[in-house]
Amino acid sequence: MSETLTRGQQLESFLERVPIVQTLGMRCDIKGDDMTAVLPFQDKLIGNFTIKALHGGAIGTFLEMTAMAQLFLVSDVERPARTINITVDYLRQGRAEDLFARARVIKLGRRMASVTAEAWQSARDKPVAALHGHFLLNRSGEPQS
Amino acid sequence: MDESIASLDKRIELMRQHMDGMTQIVPWARETGFKVTRVERGQVWGVQPFAEHLVGDVDAQVIHGGAITTLLDNLSGMACAASLEEFRFVATLDLRIDYMRPADSGRDIIGEAECYHVTKSVAFTRAWAYHESRDKVIATAQGAFAINKPRPKASLGVPE
Repeated sequence: MSETLTRGQQLESFLERVPIVQTLGMRCDIKGDDMTAVLPFQDKLIGNFTIKALHGGAIGTFLEMTAMAQLFLVSDVERPARTINITVDYLRQGRAEDLFARARVIKLGRRMASVTAEAWQSARDKPVAALHGHFLLNRSGEPQS
Repeated sequence: MDESIASLDKRIELMRQHMDGMTQIVPWARETGFKVTRVERGQVWGVQPFAEHLVGDVDAQVIHGGAITTLLDNLSGMACAASLEEFRFVATLDLRIDYMRPADSGRDIIGEAECYHVTKSVAFTRAWAYHESRDKVIATAQGAFAINKPRPKASLGVPE
């Protein structure tokens, strides 16, 4: 079946099945190997009520999923990669608005990949948070550790 | 004991009395369902119960790393609050998380955070996530938090 689906369609059907993606309410706008992730604002994403700021954990989760999604899109692995490590820089307060993110695969190796991602709100050149992470590619039939 | 130490002790006591409140006022913490379980000077413990709506690996039924990010980020920030001599609101500058091994499906994840150094404007933290003990850790985290100007106490879930 997967023979007839594009990589983007495979990614979309995968994301639909992942509970955390549904819990966040995140979606991905995919055009070929190009993708922008969208996190529509919801009250439950707030971390600090008094200043109505998005929770760092919600932003981090969104960026990590965006990085994994972009990696899936540009690689040929059957299953999503596993996170080795991530560093999230919190650059500005996430306001009570939609959040967008794009990721770039810096290096795609056979076993590992290095990915960066950036999230923004009203202006692309004013990032809210940035992620850099290493991921273990999940190649079927190879032992995981 | 000088006055500033006394006020930190008082704040830690308040945090202990309001462990549930500290996550109840944080919508995303309510969504993930983690709880604060113990507060000591500069250290905070919590638990993230297994929850199907947080699963990131459908085949293995394992909670997504993002839930660990949320848990350790929040506990680390609270560890700063339990460490600063004067009350200050803190904001995450950066957080690095290393995943040592996958979490087991269906099991609660314990989080532990400590604030190990404080300067005038930055607090540094370490944190761990595990099922049983730090000997078999699921993830470790290292963070830096900006120490902001004074804010109302209510923003940390501690009543005035």
